[in-house]
Amino acid sequence: MAITDIKTFAHLSASDIEALGQELDTIRRDVEHSLGERDARYIRRTIAAQRILEAAGRATLFASKKRWAWLTGTALLSVAKIIENMELGHNVSHGQWDWMNDPEIHSTTWEWDMTGSSAQWKAAHNYSHHMYTNILDMDDDLGFGILRMTRDEEWKPINLVQPAANLVLAALFEWGIALHDLAATKEQMGVPQSQLFPPRHILTEPNKAFWRKAGKQVAKDFVIYPALTGPAWKSTLKANATANLVRNLWAYAVIFCGHFPDGAEKFTEEQFENETQGEWYLRQMLGSANFDAGPAMAFMSGNLSYQIEHHLFPDLPSNRYAEVSVKVRELCDKYDLPYTTGSLGKQYLLAFRTIHKLALPDQWLKRTSDDAPETSSERKFAGISLPAWNGGEWLAEHNASEWLAEHNASEWLAEHQPTWGLDPVTGERRGLRSALQEAKVALKEKAEHEKQVLREAKAALREKALTEKALLTEKANRKGWFSRTLRRNL
Amino acid sequence: MASKSGGFSVRGLREWLEAPVAEGGNAGRTPLDALRGAAARITTPLLPDDYLHLVNPLWSARELRGRIVEVRKETADSATLVIKPGWGFDFKFAPGQYIGIGVLVEGRWHWRSYSLTCPPDWTGDATNKGRRLISIAVKAMPEGFLSSHIVSGVPEGTIVRLAAPQGGFVLPDPAPSKVLFLTAGSGITPVMAMLRTMDRRDAVPDVLHVHSARTPDDVMFGDELRELHDRRPGFTAHLHLTGENGKFALADLDTVCPDWRERETWACGPLPMLDEIEKHWAAAGIGDRLHVERFEIERNATAEGGTVTFAKAGRTAEVDGATTLLQAGESAGVQMPFGCRMGICQTCVVTVTGGHVRDLRNGKEHRAGDKIQTCISAAAGDCTLEV
Ligand code: FES
Repeated sequence: MAITDIKTFAHLSASDIEALGQELDTIRRDVEHSLGERDARYIRRTIAAQRILEAAGRATLFASKKRWAWLTGTALLSVAKIIENMELGHNVSHGQWDWMNDPEIHSTTWEWDMTGSSAQWKAAHNYSHHMYTNILDMDDDLGFGILRMTRDEEWKPINLVQPAANLVLAALFEWGIALHDLAATKEQMGVPQSQLFPPRHILTEPNKAFWRKAGKQVAKDFVIYPALTGPAWKSTLKANATANLVRNLWAYAVIFCGHFPDGAEKFTEEQFENETQGEWYLRQMLGSANFDAGPAMAFMSGNLSYQIEHHLFPDLPSNRYAEVSVKVRELCDKYDLPYTTGSLGKQYLLAFRTIHKLALPDQWLKRTSDDAPETSSERKFAGISLPAWNGGEWLAEHNASEWLAEHNASEWLAEHQPTWGLDPVTGERRGLRSALQEAKVALKEKAEHEKQVLREAKAALREKALTEKALLTEKANRKGWFSRTLRRNL
Repeated sequence: MASKSGGFSVRGLREWLEAPVAEGGNAGRTPLDALRGAAARITTPLLPDDYLHLVNPLWSARELRGRIVEVRKETADSATLVIKPGWGFDFKFAPGQYIGIGVLVEGRWHWRSYSLTCPPDWTGDATNKGRRLISIAVKAMPEGFLSSHIVSGVPEGTIVRLAAPQGGFVLPDPAPSKVLFLTAGSGITPVMAMLRTMDRRDAVPDVLHVHSARTPDDVMFGDELRELHDRRPGFTAHLHLTGENGKFALADLDTVCPDWRERETWACGPLPMLDEIEKHWAAAGIGDRLHVERFEIERNATAEGGTVTFAKAGRTAEVDGATTLLQAGESAGVQMPFGCRMGICQTCVVTVTGGHVRDLRNGKEHRAGDKIQTCISAAAGDCTLEV
């Protein structure tokens, strides 16, 4: 099962976590106090650039019967849509620019160029997802209700089609998000989910809002603009569809790199129940993953390449995440915590692997939800020999799995890993990051050792077999001789 | 969306065309609304204005905007701003009303209210070629961050945001035949709009204006008052210098203006003065002849806690400086919007319409016009929320 005790998992004491929380609070305050004209100019320019790109793209598509115009227009429109979705819509709706007091660039008024309405998206995303990040059964973004992204969830036969579902989700991402947000809004409002019977459940307020928004979006891209470009309507239609597809794929990739690569941990409701502010921060850090990006790629991802920073401070302006990340990394070093990142390709492939692996039933999977790549728990550290203590001996005396069944892992670790935390000599903290590395090494060694034992056993068996065979032959020979003699003598 | 009565009508068509503009937020009606609405169907989810104001910042009617065309010093610490509003501004306001103005300082918009000092449908002087303008006057307050900023140097050409004229401190049309104005300091500003309107309408009845200021140099619009006094036989300006003579005593009214009881009176100035005037008028049994305008004094929040008024719900709560406004509202039985209760989801955002509020996370102060998260904000003195 996923993490139930973040303290034990992180190898930090309650006071450590509180201190960590305070340091993160300080980072937030420092940024808030330094916000000013430079930041305001950044967002105003981004908005202007996005609008110009979009207008230029739409204008170019009037000539879209010509190949160059089609390509240029589609490219411009795709880029404009990506910026609008990632750096503007997502971030403005998070309230990142509310500090400017600008009524036009404010979380309460911004409407984005996506199928779903901003209001419904905010309810699902800002609240459910950011508050309950990666908590099983609470964060609906864990697989968006269609993909099984952690083996903490039970396998169902439908999961077999998950590789195909993944492709559909990627291509129609904005629709997936819109429907997902609609469902979340209904749940929060206590409105029944749509069913054909009784039909009155179809004309609910959230449904109406959904269709109003979706209708306008579809009309714009698939009816009005093509019609406006007259004879070029077909190519404009294709261009608009392509731009939406490009934006969908990119948004999908960025989102999937944020919480689904290995190392982005999952949590249980138990962890959430009595969570402190410090633990909340810690959950955000351990539950998110970054990907490496230069300024251009970071911008195109809405700075969600800094997913960890975004989850720690969802309402700090995105242009500051880069500098915040430097400080967050320092904190990770200080508290010996992992900082999950990698290239975009690597992070996506890890997520991709999980999607395909978890399409399969559990009995086909080797690891359990305590030590799998996509999910693990504090128990991961409980059954393996770590250099800090002689677990091997202990394990020899006790039966670890039996013991674990009776006790919880936190007690066990507290008892048997006294040297975690501050090293009295160096003053350095030995925490999760070291533990993970050591666990990896230990696991490898264990596996190596098991293999070796197996090999030896095999060799021994083989030898035994050989000797036995030899013995048997000899015996047989002797027997043969005996019987021959006997026959002859009879 | 379309005409509600069913069937086709010009009005229905027009409403249908304008619908997207109305939904997208509209500061005021413009003759172009039908066109804007039609265009909004291709610019959805934005309005055409969102593109147009990239070309000219005044081409937006989603929001009222204006450009400062002139900054004129009135006294050492006050100035008149002449503003050319963009689309959608309603020039048919009543003299005495105020507007909200948003000024950008270091990336943040700051909102304040100031009285209009011009008559309705004003076009300024002849050099302006008949374009309609508005003007306000601002006095720098010692502690007032924005008023000082405005007086000591907003450059001409600056784009400001505007909120539509409002307020009930107005001069009726036609004006009553006997009028008394009692003003002090910058309290003269709404009365200037009334005087100028009467002057422009060529209908100045019997008007007595008692204005208090510290020294002659502190009198805003001094020359204009004098000129009006000379030119309009009905108008008498009475200047009271508090630097020499102390506060204007209401008992002196009987000498300065023996018939004050018969006059329709408008008073504007510091709060203690207005309180005194109200009492005086009530004692004379003519409270209904008195109109007062209370300016919110621009100051920084120093207080912790206070009375929170929830305007729409019509409830109040007494709170300390550590209680969040969300808790305050809930304990007073107000339906407060909320989500995470920890400052990350923006579900709880509401507008402050009066007083001051403090952000508990970073100590930042917010005031009327700002939108705040109630789950992480507390009252800094008395305040009013729009819920
Ligand atoms: S309730 Fe979520 S920000 Fe206030």
